Amino acid sequence: MAMTHVTGANFSDEVLQSKTPVLVDFWAEWCGPCRAVSPILEEISTEYADKIKVVKLNTDENSELSVRYGITSIPALYVFVGGEVVKTIIGAKPKPMLVKDLAPFIKG
Amino acid sequence: MTNTESAQSQLEGEVHEIVIVGSGPAGYTAAIYAARAQLAPILYEGSVTSGGALMNTTEVENFPGFADGVMGPDLMESMRKQASRFGTTLVTDDIVSMDLASPIKVLVDGSGKKIKAKSVVLAMGSAFREIGLPNEKRLSGHGVSWCATCDGFFFRDQDIAVVGGGDSAVEEATFLTRFARTVTLIHRRDSLRASKIMVERAKSNPKIIFGWNSEVTDVLGDAKVSSLQLRNTIDGTISELPVTGLFVAIGHDPRSELVRDQVTIDQAGYVEVKPHSTRTNLSGVFACGDLVDHTYRQAITAAGSGAQAALDAERFLTDLNS
Repeated sequence: MAMTHVTGANFSDEVLQSKTPVLVDFWAEWCGPCRAVSPILEEISTEYADKIKVVKLNTDENSELSVRYGITSIPALYVFVGGEVVKTIIGAKPKPMLVKDLAPFIKG
Repeated sequence: MTNTESAQSQLEGEVHEIVIVGSGPAGYTAAIYAARAQLAPILYEGSVTSGGALMNTTEVENFPGFADGVMGPDLMESMRKQASRFGTTLVTDDIVSMDLASPIKVLVDGSGKKIKAKSVVLAMGSAFREIGLPNEKRLSGHGVSWCATCDGFFFRDQDIAVVGGGDSAVEEATFLTRFARTVTLIHRRDSLRASKIMVERAKSNPKIIFGWNSEVTDVLGDAKVSSLQLRNTIDGTISELPVTGLFVAIGHDPRSELVRDQVTIDQAGYVEVKPHSTRTNLSGVFACGDLVDHTYRQAITAAGSGAQAALDAERFLTDLNS
């Protein structure tokens, strides 16, 4: 399942108002590790589709949102529940580690 | 199944001639040579680390053959294509454990699959060294970084610092002046280890401030970095430097964690090889690149040692199979 791209225009609808947890992937074209972790996020997005929504936010095109959430290093994975950031994962990690980090949201 | 999964499921079961662990210049060069020797090598690139240390650089000006320089990621992409062209199977996954002592080596990947081989080339390279401060870890990704090319973008017009004294530190500091207002280069002594040309460039860069004879003793800030506590290495005086970013460039440590209880390693964690070869203490296990090299740690020396490892493995396999 392809991941939705969010921008300032749909951030509130797609992320803040979402009933399920949302994982926002802050990324940029020039960021190698962002590209490396993207296929892993695709897999997680598909496998845990009923538990968590995974969306992508391009930091080059959405600097206001990047500054708002204090992004200083990418890839940055922010988990939103009820409109609030409840977890931050910085840097590209292998799938088993990401699944472990996301366990509170995707297991059970 | 993803491409990696279908490739991996075909790999289990049979005993391969050679498996290469690592995807920097050493690993890919070993793969090129092993593939051309018709050994059908399998190379594990790492799930998110494919390309190694050069993926975090911009221009590489000292790799021979590129008169106008080459971008690190482009150089690695070319090496990857070259390895693939001659028949290397590239697996974008991590090796999480290795059993190297027996004649048939068994490696386990990130998805739990086991792969068997008669010979293994260790080319896992090195990882960024941390200063070792608790707040450095806590604020990692929130102002503390080990990769200027990755994160420099987010420090536009800010006052930031780089700690280190070698080529990497000076290169990072120079790169960061594209974004930052000022870059303070913090070093324990009053002269840099870096190559003269790099030092000259840094000294003539108006945005670079030199923090000589200083070491970082703490990283301050709640949710993000707001300042550094510095200690003067000569007289011990403590001072505070207000910066919103710290880039740590104090060197690398070999990534030998997976093998240190099997192959001989030295006190600093580098894998030991027999003189003038890439042979480790274990039969059929070869090591190359920054995993082995204390002294030079250049892309070109890593590539050279990767070729040597493949040639050593090829000779080993010829003897074994005859």
